[in-house]
Amino acid sequence: MASAGSPSHGTVDPATWVDRHGDTLYRYALSRLRDPDAAEEVVQETFVAALHSLDQYSGRGAEGAWLLGILKRKVVDCVRRRNRPGSATGAEMGADPSEAFFDGRGNWRFDPRIAKMRPDACLERDEFWQTFRGCLKGLPPRQADVFSLREMEELSTDNICKELQITASNLWVLLHRARLQLMRCMKVHLERWGDL
Amino acid sequence: MLRCREVSKLVSESMERKLPFGTRMQVWMHLMLCRFCAGFARQVRFLRRAARQSPERLAGSPSTPETTLSQEARERIKAALRGNNGS
Repeated sequence: MASAGSPSHGTVDPATWVDRHGDTLYRYALSRLRDPDAAEEVVQETFVAALHSLDQYSGRGAEGAWLLGILKRKVVDCVRRRNRPGSATGAEMGADPSEAFFDGRGNWRFDPRIAKMRPDACLERDEFWQTFRGCLKGLPPRQADVFSLREMEELSTDNICKELQITASNLWVLLHRARLQLMRCMKVHLERWGDL
Repeated sequence: MLRCREVSKLVSESMERKLPFGTRMQVWMHLMLCRFCAGFARQVRFLRRAARQSPERLAGSPSTPETTLSQEARERIKAALRGNNGS
């Protein structure tokens, strides 16, 4: 294996990776996985994998972007592992929460609209993100995982189905439940903050 | 006439695939008449925009102890890298 920092690898220098890229990669992984231990593990896996594939790194483009590319794959691997049938979150869909949202005739039990929320302004507010984060964390893990893959990682529906070995209609159900529950949780918390 | 329960499901589904024409029309008609479902639809789209625009903000503010690698993790990862180096 080529020694660290050899000219053939341009600016790549594994000895400095952890200090230069560790926090960025960790924050990225944490936002998708919501579990500090899992995020640390994925960051470590990323660096080790990068070390093993140093020879494939062209040296072109930023080191950080190359590492992030590896991390993204590792994040998906981690989600797949923890959603494997028989694992902690299992293959179950979780309870159907729709009774809490709709009455017997299928009408809303409450106004789902978040009062006084100005979409553009609230994206600048820490309170908004804190609430979003807290509510996402409070979802059943499997729902939070598919939501993250779809809305943060922007994986295609087909890809998510393949990775998690679920059908498209299962995925739609999971995302619908995630959205309903996120919305209710965020409504409760955001309306307490007043004008957003 | 579709009920809010079905409409909320279809609104969510429409974020993942194009609904059949007839269904799309039924949903559209419902949304014209129902402020609750129209609000839900707006918020579903907003959550997607927020999450995709700044996914990292969902991890928390940068440079806080919660969003940076702990010293132990840092050392452990460095050790793992040394262990793997030159193998």
